[in-house]
Amino acid sequence: MAIETQPDRAEPAGSGPETGGPGGVTRPWWLRPGAHFGVIGAAIGYLLGHLLGDFVGGDFSRSALSDTNDVAIVLGYAGGTIGWLAGLGVFNDPFRLMLGKALADEGRLHGTEEPGLGKYFRYTLDHKVVGIQYLYGMIAYFLTGGLFAMAIRSELLSPTYHLIGPEQYLMVVGEHGTMMMMMMSSVILGPFGQYFGPLLIGSKRVAFPRLEALGFWLTPAAYVILLSAFLFGGFPTGWTGYEPLATQATEGMNAYFFAFGLMGISMILAGFNMIVTVINYRAPGMRWSRLPMFVWSMFTVSFLQVLAVPVLVGACYMGLMDRTFQTAFFTNQLGGSSFLYENLFWFFGHPEVYILALPGFGVISEVVSVFCRKPLFGYRIAAAGMLGVGILSFFVWQHHLFMSGINADMRPLFMLTTELISIPTGFIFLVGMGTFWKAKIRFSIPMLFALAFYFNFLIGGITGVFVSDVPADTTVHGSFFVMAHFHYTIMGGLMFAFMAGIYYWLPKMTGYKLNETLGKIQFWTMFIFFNSTFLPLFALGLLGMPRRVFEYARNLETLNDWVSISSFLLGGSILIFLINFVMSMLFWREREVGNPWRSRSLEWQLPTPPPPQNFERVPVILSGPYDYGIPNALPVADLNPPPGVIGGAYAETSGVEA
Amino acid sequence: MATTDTPATAGTPAEPRHGLRMFLIWFILALAADLVIWFVWYPHIPPGRMSNSAMHQQFDITVLALSAAPVIIAVILYFVYAIVVWRVRPGDDSDGAPIYGNTKVQASWIVGTTLIVLWLFVFGTVELVVPHGAGAGEGPSPIWTPAGLTSAIWTPGGNKVLQVQVIGQQWTWTYRYPQFGGMESTELMLPVNTEVTFHVTSLDVIHSFWAYQLGVKADANPQVDNVAFTTPQALGSFVVRCSELCGIWHGAMFNYGLVEPQTAFQSWASGVQAKEQSDGVLAALPPFALTYDPTVIPQLGKTLTTVIGITGAPGYFYGPANPVQP
Repeated sequence: MAIETQPDRAEPAGSGPETGGPGGVTRPWWLRPGAHFGVIGAAIGYLLGHLLGDFVGGDFSRSALSDTNDVAIVLGYAGGTIGWLAGLGVFNDPFRLMLGKALADEGRLHGTEEPGLGKYFRYTLDHKVVGIQYLYGMIAYFLTGGLFAMAIRSELLSPTYHLIGPEQYLMVVGEHGTMMMMMMSSVILGPFGQYFGPLLIGSKRVAFPRLEALGFWLTPAAYVILLSAFLFGGFPTGWTGYEPLATQATEGMNAYFFAFGLMGISMILAGFNMIVTVINYRAPGMRWSRLPMFVWSMFTVSFLQVLAVPVLVGACYMGLMDRTFQTAFFTNQLGGSSFLYENLFWFFGHPEVYILALPGFGVISEVVSVFCRKPLFGYRIAAAGMLGVGILSFFVWQHHLFMSGINADMRPLFMLTTELISIPTGFIFLVGMGTFWKAKIRFSIPMLFALAFYFNFLIGGITGVFVSDVPADTTVHGSFFVMAHFHYTIMGGLMFAFMAGIYYWLPKMTGYKLNETLGKIQFWTMFIFFNSTFLPLFALGLLGMPRRVFEYARNLETLNDWVSISSFLLGGSILIFLINFVMSMLFWREREVGNPWRSRSLEWQLPTPPPPQNFERVPVILSGPYDYGIPNALPVADLNPPPGVIGGAYAETSGVEA
Repeated sequence: MATTDTPATAGTPAEPRHGLRMFLIWFILALAADLVIWFVWYPHIPPGRMSNSAMHQQFDITVLALSAAPVIIAVILYFVYAIVVWRVRPGDDSDGAPIYGNTKVQASWIVGTTLIVLWLFVFGTVELVVPHGAGAGEGPSPIWTPAGLTSAIWTPGGNKVLQVQVIGQQWTWTYRYPQFGGMESTELMLPVNTEVTFHVTSLDVIHSFWAYQLGVKADANPQVDNVAFTTPQALGSFVVRCSELCGIWHGAMFNYGLVEPQTAFQSWASGVQAKEQSDGVLAALPPFALTYDPTVIPQLGKTLTTVIGITGAPGYFYGPANPVQP
């Protein structure tokens, strides 16, 4: 049982240069570390790194095609990232510790909160602020990636080149895929995981707030670096970055490797923090059997992040070495292996798609239970399903390589492991379906998105069986069928879950709720046009259209035009969301400070917005979060327990855990 | 987890038997869907029946669709039924029944999904092994090989295997027929009713050889011999596409192949061989090797081109005259 054991480390006010607490000397905002210093630091760092790179690598790696060299660019990115973090003040506390000085005062540790918007632009130790930062970041990344998708579909309106040339097309394809798969990997983990993780387990804080904040502040750097590929002509490899094409590519490829590596580090840090927080910072009484399903999903995903992502970081590093210092890890002609990259990438890449999908399962489980007004059906099987998916996801990666000639004799095994994943994934459906049995279903907007999630994820999952089967995969591998399959699981699954989460949790995060009419319009347009966009792609794939092509057979033009027009309308529905979000947050500002969903979950028992320290006192958890329909169920927690009491002093719960 | 209710049989007289209702609707819909798939859809499912591997894939996709349709219908039907029957009525503010789980339902769900998965695995493995890899790339040393004889010369009739080396490069395909003196062609001609062994390799980056109507797909990796088998069964043309992103003109990397009668194929192939022989092209071509390197041509006693900085990092790999990679 974890109780707040962190001693109050803050020294008397005035010791640190940026003291912000009450009574301390407060510097004006523009003299304190923040994003503005970060930008300055990044610019200086990039220039220094670039100069150093020209100095050490200019002789042997200057491109014949342009007057730049890979070493200078990579070192520029590294210097820029370090400068950005330094400007944000990431290194201040470590240096203070090294010099034996007291740490900067963090107001949150005293139960005070920095007023105003400034805190959102700073390296802050409050997980709720980090959650909001993630929320805005992820929406920005999602919109960027979505615009690239529009550009792709515009080009595919015609079977020949007509709008953007093949170079630009490939740039946009690569940026779209990488933006969506790598920047968006924290789309639920970031906003909702960081914000609600500690709230849901009854903790006042996360275990490693500095790592958590660093995890977020690496993402804007990765975002800018990834987009900077456009300045160097983009990268031709799509989001997979296959070698040796990546070694052959021009300088834009460095951005891909460096940004993906940075995101990898961000994911590792976030996962590490979450694991330790969930294990050690649960409130008394928050047993494993009472852990909300969303926390289970984050816990599982954190293990995937910590175990799978280092492989990616290694692969990115080796790719950069190949490009800059002329090593040959991935060049077959010089003793390397392009298979090695494929193996490393997919050993990360397959857990990655579950890093994306599992938090969606978590959000949906929370939403379904609340709006069915029923306990979650088969709590243990739901947790087992998450863990099962997480474990199995490490044993399936070669199903991406069925046609590659790697370990061809092992394909039946990988076919089996891949199909085995559908068993724990099926648990998620069983839990959903069981919860709907004789429920009192309320069609709120989060619930609508949850229902759409089940529909979309069903299509995505079942078509996954076709892809996992080697003979069928021989036809559909590398075609639009695969593309439609993973868009159904990620866009149709994860993004619908994200939308459910936004409509469900935004009142708690901001105190304002989103407009319901616009929300319903957004839901229906998004659901209809999502399916209208991606369902025909299965047919296109079966009819022989490969992925990532800018020209295709003329007889596929009608279907492609249908898909393109649907995708523009899908973009329109995202625009409705954006309008709703901006108007509701800035202009209409409809207050919602209570518990609008009558949820039993711990976060809704708190005032809105939650106080800086989350809980006045560490709460004592009295019962599970899903005890709906029990006439006199105990409240989920005692938020103001008598001093000295821990969980054991309370009576057993209402017969739930018989 | 305590068992508090048995959903499938929990009908009080006032309440209809939901499980039975759902089962009956499901049974009719699933049966109808499967009948449609088998009798209407099956003959039209890609990639068609031009070769034995394509035929197996068509059958495989159909059987998977037959297995998938009842599952999809069951889940969607359940949710639609739940939405209609168990939606909250206006004014009802109460909670649902506190059902925490049901051992029977959970156990039968697990057993059911496991059986489906095992069936898919066994079926997929049989469909992979019986047609010798189902047209997919089997790596350098395939274990599921056809029974035909590979000899140095290919002639019509008999049980002889035709070897074709498929060489991918940015952004074109070259086909090499080692049994015809190693002649090379930019068009893929194949004899009908003959076992064909494709040796797929690449000169630069990873490509993927996809003969769509033949149901053949194998990645082309530099320095790797990726073998795939098929037996064309019908005359006609087919499309060859690259299905692995290989650079800016990936979308334009396709051409057409032709399946011909065996004698017509032999006269075409011998004709090309004779022409390349007399033009001196054959002597200049590198010898047949499983990994193909056009920069080294021992017949001429020299290395043809000097490759500077083969990793391509400085941009030397293709030289400034070649199309620029983004």
